[in-house]
Amino acid sequence: MIWLNIIIQGALVGGFYALFACGLSLMFGVLKVINLAHGDMAVVAGYVAVFLSPHLHIPGLWSFIVVVPIFGLVGYVLQRTLIQKSIDRDPFTTLLVTFGLSVVIENLLLEIYTANGQTVNIGSLISKSWHPASIIYVSYVSLGVLAVAVAVLGILQLFLSKTGTGRLIRAVADDREAAQLSGANYRHIFGIAAAIAFATVALAGIAYGMMTQFAPTSGGINLLFAFEAVVIGGIGSLWGTLIGGIALGVAQQFGAHINPEYQVLAGNILFLLVLAVRPQGLFGKKTALS
Amino acid sequence: MSLFEPTSRPLGQPSIRRSTTSPMYTFGGVFVLVVLLTIAPWIFPAQWTSTLMNFFILVIMATMWNLLAGYAGMISIGQQAFIGLGAYATLYFALKGINPFVTIPLSTIICAAIAVPVTYLLFRLRGGYFAIATWVVSDTALLVIGAVAYLGGGTGKLMPGLQNLSPTETAHYSYLATWIVAFIVVTSTYLLLRSRLGLVLASIRDNEVAARSAGANVQSARRLIFIIAAAGCGAAGAVLAISQPFIQPSSVFSLQWAAEMLFVSMIGGLGTIEGPIIGSVIYFALQQSLQQYGVWYLIIFGSLAIVVALWQPRGLWGAFRDRFHSELLPVGYWLREPKATK
Repeated sequence: MIWLNIIIQGALVGGFYALFACGLSLMFGVLKVINLAHGDMAVVAGYVAVFLSPHLHIPGLWSFIVVVPIFGLVGYVLQRTLIQKSIDRDPFTTLLVTFGLSVVIENLLLEIYTANGQTVNIGSLISKSWHPASIIYVSYVSLGVLAVAVAVLGILQLFLSKTGTGRLIRAVADDREAAQLSGANYRHIFGIAAAIAFATVALAGIAYGMMTQFAPTSGGINLLFAFEAVVIGGIGSLWGTLIGGIALGVAQQFGAHINPEYQVLAGNILFLLVLAVRPQGLFGKKTALS
Repeated sequence: MSLFEPTSRPLGQPSIRRSTTSPMYTFGGVFVLVVLLTIAPWIFPAQWTSTLMNFFILVIMATMWNLLAGYAGMISIGQQAFIGLGAYATLYFALKGINPFVTIPLSTIICAAIAVPVTYLLFRLRGGYFAIATWVVSDTALLVIGAVAYLGGGTGKLMPGLQNLSPTETAHYSYLATWIVAFIVVTSTYLLLRSRLGLVLASIRDNEVAARSAGANVQSARRLIFIIAAAGCGAAGAVLAISQPFIQPSSVFSLQWAAEMLFVSMIGGLGTIEGPIIGSVIYFALQQSLQQYGVWYLIIFGSLAIVVALWQPRGLWGAFRDRFHSELLPVGYWLREPKATK
């Protein structure tokens, strides 16, 4: 029963990691940019949800209705300005700029909101859970986040394969020059991809704020987990990221079961093992590495 | 190779030189600076020497980061792994009763040895994924060290072996140790970049495919640089452990180190020896003058690094060098066009 619980809790947390990682994957897949400020963006979304929704009289649970569109817009604008400017230089510069952004955002949040923990207030829902068997408690919030993650991944998959804009995004991701020759405005397409990525980051940030306390420095560790989920699942595979997230979650729960201090360490060890034994990840193609 | 010998050079041929300024000026200046910095603890107030010590530690780290990013094209945000491991190796030997000053080279070697297997894992990833993977490595090192009760676990431990010295002696010795390590690191980086490996690195940086086809072993050159950078950061960690005797995992493995070395090398100028040193000077000037405003110095410095990365990617020193064609510590070559002859 303990083992079943470890797997269930791991899978629930894994859904969150996949939601967090999906924007990271999209940005890398389309723009070839690793956004090192990804985690901090999510934290900003959390702060916006906490401090904006009371002003607009929106309950915390529904704050995403405002925050997600704002972040989509922020993503588009940031892409068309700072990120595009650094892409025009070289991939090296995108890393330096996004890392700089990450440090600046983190310290700005520290200055404005102090290091105190915050949560997105969702009332009594936080403590409610489904209790199917003796020691197994399935928190409604975690279950909801897992469902949102699956839904976001599914919608994204459908969007990329079925709609015209989705096909354009894939075309630009595959071969930018050829897509440009066919008349695609790749900067605009990049902007749309970044807008979607930032919208999912906002969702992830709010979800995080509902599940647990967050502080200005919470972004880094979540970027780390999201990245581990991507690599374990296989770079370039959306559903692989979900499986990678779940594998990471289960490994962490297993580590925590042995000793609470080993939670993160167990996840890191799984990541390093995958890197050593199967560097292309569980579902990845070898070509995605080079 | 008569082409490179000025005496037998036919008229109208371009010549190749290390620098436009005479090396005598540079070496004269460096000599005066070295003497001044060596006697610093006896002629300057204690406050100055402790600031200088932190400055040297930053110079070591930034020089190593510059070697990684500016010359070998690897962005690491996990060099704090080796800073922490260097500090903890020093602590471990000190707990075993060895004089902490003696253990600095030992800790350096240990960090280099740990870096060898690490490269085999990390080099499976490129670019941004490589960068985050270095961070996973440093996070793993932090968690493993934090679980060892002998080394103080998560709360940290006081460095033994320094208490039988008087405070002045400790200050002087740790200043000298830091200064010597910084001098060795910068000098050996300079010599390394003037060597054959330096040429290989420059060719990889300029055009990796061309370098490969010309026979440069890119992978092993990168591996060697990663190991050297790990050793340098390990030495920085060792002197850090001596200079601030209470060692805590969360401070020696802090991501702040990565941010500092990155910003400092960016602003000073990637791919130059002088850049990280100049960047460190600017960083300390900013930090000292904005001391009472919390973390604003980091916000300003980070924004400055973004601006430099986008609009002046060769950094402040790079901009200066491009304008005045002068180098203090030349590692590259200048091609001098001959004066037009009629």
